[in-house]
Amino acid sequence: MLLLAENIKKKFDKENVLEDISMEVKEGEVVVIIGPSGSGKSTLLRCLTQLEQVDAGRVEIDGKLMVDTVDNKAVYADSKTLHEILLDVGLVFQNFNLFPHYSVLKNIVDAQVQVMKRKRDEAKGIAMELLKKMNLSDRADAYPNELSGGQQQRIAIARALALNPKILFFDEPTSALDPELTGEILKVIRNLAQENMTMVIVTHEMAFAREVADRVIFMDNGLIVEQGSPEELFGNSVNQRTKEFLQRYSEN
Amino acid sequence: MRIDNVPIDLLLKNMLSATGTVLQIFFLTIVLSIPLGFLVALARRSRFKIISFPTRIYQLVFRGTPLMLQLFFFMYGPYYIFDIGFGRFNACIIAFVINYAAYFGEIFRGGIAAIPKGQYEAAKVLGYSKIQTFMRIILPQVVKHVMPATGNEFMTLVKDTSLAQVISVGEIYNVATNAGARYFSTVPLIVAGIFYLVMNTVVEMSFKVIEKKLDYYRT
Repeated sequence: MLLLAENIKKKFDKENVLEDISMEVKEGEVVVIIGPSGSGKSTLLRCLTQLEQVDAGRVEIDGKLMVDTVDNKAVYADSKTLHEILLDVGLVFQNFNLFPHYSVLKNIVDAQVQVMKRKRDEAKGIAMELLKKMNLSDRADAYPNELSGGQQQRIAIARALALNPKILFFDEPTSALDPELTGEILKVIRNLAQENMTMVIVTHEMAFAREVADRVIFMDNGLIVEQGSPEELFGNSVNQRTKEFLQRYSEN
Repeated sequence: MRIDNVPIDLLLKNMLSATGTVLQIFFLTIVLSIPLGFLVALARRSRFKIISFPTRIYQLVFRGTPLMLQLFFFMYGPYYIFDIGFGRFNACIIAFVINYAAYFGEIFRGGIAAIPKGQYEAAKVLGYSKIQTFMRIILPQVVKHVMPATGNEFMTLVKDTSLAQVISVGEIYNVATNAGARYFSTVPLIVAGIFYLVMNTVVEMSFKVIEKKLDYYRT
């Protein structure tokens, strides 16, 4: 198991955002998380990428224990281990969050050099390779504000991939994009899936979820209501809430 | 040559040497109050009330009272309290630095607060340390953000140096009022005004250049 999460609980202002979540991700697996707004999908990703602290639960990533619960309290690993785990994961944000003062190339190079201590030339080579893969070789010297949303998101994906994460999280990667730009991001993710990249994707693109996912998780009110293969969930879910949610979606 | 009974060449000579004093006050204040202002901004943002609250009170006092009074305070206060003094020029620099650090603190605090949370989050997930995040990601963006307000402060500082005359530091305004009284003329004051304007023209143009340099990206 690349990722193992057990009984994750998270409250914001006494409101349970994550009621009790357990999930696992195998190497090479593409897991898509769907569910209505406010169901806790993003919070779950943020907890797994250390942007939020869980209140309780156990998380193990690539065999390293990130957090465990002792006497009803979440106890995190030491900072060195947490840093190592952080390098095992990548996160692609809804709003890209590129560094606006860095060129496209430097956005991808900087963390390689500063964090992973790679040689600058090596980091540049890796960055150019990724830019080629993203079809953006010609924009290496541009600044993020000169790019379209779709291009920015592809740079953000390249920036995450440059650190060779074992697992890549996507937090609604297309929600800030026009429909016509959504396609180019989905294509990139599709290609990554073909290369057996392990991914956990929160999305509202149901058709895409159905197509790319090995497993779909439906979340509602901080709980995993149902999970299974895309066929099981989208095809013939027996769960009432899942059905209602998908129904609402197909109506829109 | 005399204008309105004022010996202009002598006046200019005195004013030029007073300009040296003005520039000393200006540069010392900048060099010392900007780093201090950054510390003030960070202290204000501290989660610990025991750090942020006193800092806020400090800013309130030094932004809320006239710089002129602060000059008097640092000039004469130590004599009354400890029976020692800093000396005229040092007292002047201390007052300016502490006063301007309070303002810079507020400007930088705003600049830091203006950086979206997502920048910190992206840096964190990429594995940057807290210090790397601040120095490499946040600070460069803050610098661009605070440039216009900082330019404002620089221009105000040039003019505020004239307050140093209340503790008899021989700067331009001091020279001008002395000459004005001696020759019973307003010409020295007009000349002083021109001196300030010239200095601030340099400040304004410098900031224009810096802002243009920082214009290579937008957020």
